[in-house]
Amino acid sequence: MTTTTENHNADERYYIPQGSHWPVVGSVGLFFLMLGVSTWLNGADSGFYIMLTGFAIIVFMLTGWFSTVIGESIGGLYNDQVDKSFRQGMFWFIFSEVMFFAAFFGALFYARNMSVPWLGGASNNFFTNLLLWEGYESTWPSNGPGNVGGEYEAMAPLGLPLVNTVLLLSSSITITIAHHALIAGKRAQLTAFLAATFILGFTFVYFQGVEYMEAYAHLNLKLTSGIYGSTFFMLTGFHGMHVTIGAIMLTVIWFRVLKGHFSADKHFAFEAVAWYWHFVDVVWVGLYVFVYWM
Amino acid sequence: MTRGIKKMTTEVMDAHDMHDDHSPAKGIKRWLFSTSHKDIGTMYLVLSLIMFFVGGAMAMIIRSELAIPGLQFVHPEFFNQMTTMHALIMVFGAVMPAFVGLANWMIPLMIGAPDMALPRMNNWSFWILPVAFGLLASTLFMPGGAPAGGWTMYPPLVLQTGDAFPFLIFSVHLLGLSSIMGAINIIVTVINMRAPDMSLLKMPMFVWTWLITAYLLIAVMPVFAGAVTMLLTDQFFGTSFFLAAGGGDPVMFQHIFWFFGHPEVYIMILPAFGVVSEIIPTFSRKPLFGHDSMVYAASCIAFLSFIVWAHHMFTVGMPLTSQLFFMFATMLIAVPTGVKIFNWVATMWRGSMTFETPMLFSLAFVFLFTIGGFSGLMLAIAPADIQYQDTYFVVAHFHYTLVPGSVFAIMAGTYYWLPKWTGHMYNETLGKVHFWTSTFFVNLTFFPMHFLGLAGMPRRIPDYSTQFADFNTMASVGAIGFGVSQLLFVWVLLTSKKGTKVTAEVWDKPPGLEWTVPSPAPYHTFETPPKLSDADGFH
Repeated sequence: MTTTTENHNADERYYIPQGSHWPVVGSVGLFFLMLGVSTWLNGADSGFYIMLTGFAIIVFMLTGWFSTVIGESIGGLYNDQVDKSFRQGMFWFIFSEVMFFAAFFGALFYARNMSVPWLGGASNNFFTNLLLWEGYESTWPSNGPGNVGGEYEAMAPLGLPLVNTVLLLSSSITITIAHHALIAGKRAQLTAFLAATFILGFTFVYFQGVEYMEAYAHLNLKLTSGIYGSTFFMLTGFHGMHVTIGAIMLTVIWFRVLKGHFSADKHFAFEAVAWYWHFVDVVWVGLYVFVYWM
Repeated sequence: MTRGIKKMTTEVMDAHDMHDDHSPAKGIKRWLFSTSHKDIGTMYLVLSLIMFFVGGAMAMIIRSELAIPGLQFVHPEFFNQMTTMHALIMVFGAVMPAFVGLANWMIPLMIGAPDMALPRMNNWSFWILPVAFGLLASTLFMPGGAPAGGWTMYPPLVLQTGDAFPFLIFSVHLLGLSSIMGAINIIVTVINMRAPDMSLLKMPMFVWTWLITAYLLIAVMPVFAGAVTMLLTDQFFGTSFFLAAGGGDPVMFQHIFWFFGHPEVYIMILPAFGVVSEIIPTFSRKPLFGHDSMVYAASCIAFLSFIVWAHHMFTVGMPLTSQLFFMFATMLIAVPTGVKIFNWVATMWRGSMTFETPMLFSLAFVFLFTIGGFSGLMLAIAPADIQYQDTYFVVAHFHYTLVPGSVFAIMAGTYYWLPKWTGHMYNETLGKVHFWTSTFFVNLTFFPMHFLGLAGMPRRIPDYSTQFADFNTMASVGAIGFGVSQLLFVWVLLTSKKGTKVTAEVWDKPPGLEWTVPSPAPYHTFETPPKLSDADGFH
């Protein structure tokens, strides 16, 4: 009970961070990144280097900004209210990521249930099929009536994708064990299981790479293989990107654990990364069911 | 142990406070590195005003070209660039940042918080915007010109954009990033930073409508980012999302776009509802009628906004059942919107009303937004919409909701809170002149467009049949008049510090915590949580 009172007293004064140059550095980085990608896509080779510069500035910004915040956190500047703000912020950030994936899942469902069947004459599209795409019978997977990208083979759900499912699901278990170890003060167990988590994560990314090479080299399944190729690579690609980011975040907090950061009752960064990791896990389950399996 | 840590915490905090600026940093650093919700709010509002004039200049070009039949000033392709850029700049550059600016300034003051919950992220949300608009504006000078396929970016037309194309996509990504971070900040601030005894239902309406708006933003901006990403990969990396030959569908873009786009229109109007819900009670000298029902109505509108998107697409060839669903769902929105309108009217009923500039703008909002709402109801009727689709009736409709709707609410809010920001009363006479000229000209501009649309004049075309000449000339005269009236607004703002000094209350016993702090609001407010009292309008 005394603790509650003390916390309440600590909250009597609000905490406002000092000004920071990192946001503006981030904006400069974004400027060069976007300018670079745009000019590069428009065919200027120099754009590539502008893009890399922008990317480097953003990495610099992220490192600097996070170090500042970690320093302030260890310095004891943050009260419970700040901790709560961080948690809620992270939660809504993850929600926005969920909605980003929702757009691509929406495209997948639309293609499977509407555009492809309609091209095959479903609903009131008899004449669409007869006049524009005569003889096309809708199936899934499909690269469309124009056979865009040429003959290909769909990715089988068994094999690597199943292995990857097992890897990612186990990594969700290992990070939970690590979390419990952190709360129980078992640092050795925490270190080991956190390491296991990011090793599983990076292994997942590696296998994903192997799977992509397999798709391009042997199945003729490419990003350009019609709507199946588009949805397959965009969904798994964005997911893989998120796994990579998540695994890097796990590695960072692993190093922080080695340095003795985080206590049983104060470890927001750890939890944020764990939430993020569960999020990429859940997205993967959706992917496995709707992209590979069904 | 705990005690030790706490003691250390206090010491560090004290040391920190000594370093910490109780007055703002000097020079440019104050603005570049700011963590003050007031400074960031000011930057948002100034950016919005600049963008309002940039987008307005484009509207002047459009209306000049359309003043008389035939082609006179600009090339048709440039005309199309103007319609596209006018929309993008007004939506993302003028209206949205203005409401975020008002939110930044007022939400912490209204809920008794010292600042936004995540002040540095707040700064980043703002500073992404100049980058985004820099990239977008630079397209005007590129080979192939600025985007010209309409702000809705429908494929395959938008894929014909020249070098501007990737710039368009990435500026949209940046705008989305800024909006999402801004929205996260507002939600966390409202949920986590309220004065201890301010329960959710005690929150002022402006805070409520912004909370709901922020949820909408977080839910739909990422979807928009996804949609334009698909455009990008279709253009440069050979995907088939919007290519029928590959099994995709150009109409799919419209579905994803409007899944964002419809909530987006409520993102631009819900905070406006909040602003007038603050102003009408003050100048009616009565509490807001049906506060809780306003909250439920706004929530209903937000929910419905997710399931009505395809009413923008009645002519693309959807199954009949979809058309019926989207028609009826859309008409349902009239119910909660009606609740709001009637509540505002009931607030004024038997109030002892006065008509200062903010109140005038709010009253005009209630009248004129309702006209926009009714024309929206007409457009919602699927069989009738087949006639109205892509005509000036649509242009009239959404300009009535956005100009005497959102923009008037922004102006009402600016006049209402300006004395709180500056500590001085603006020039009331000039404010009233600004109001009456704006209201006259806005109607002269947009009302004739209803007739043009019903008579069949298509939108986004630089020339028209001579039968449409008279109403077009009226609209152009109105537009120029409206544009010039806004210079008066700038004059009032620039001279606002010359007025008489105001008290903390400014108006006649206005409700809300923002009126308990001095005018101008000090750089730091509510360093400790305030207590609510009946006198502040909390019962």
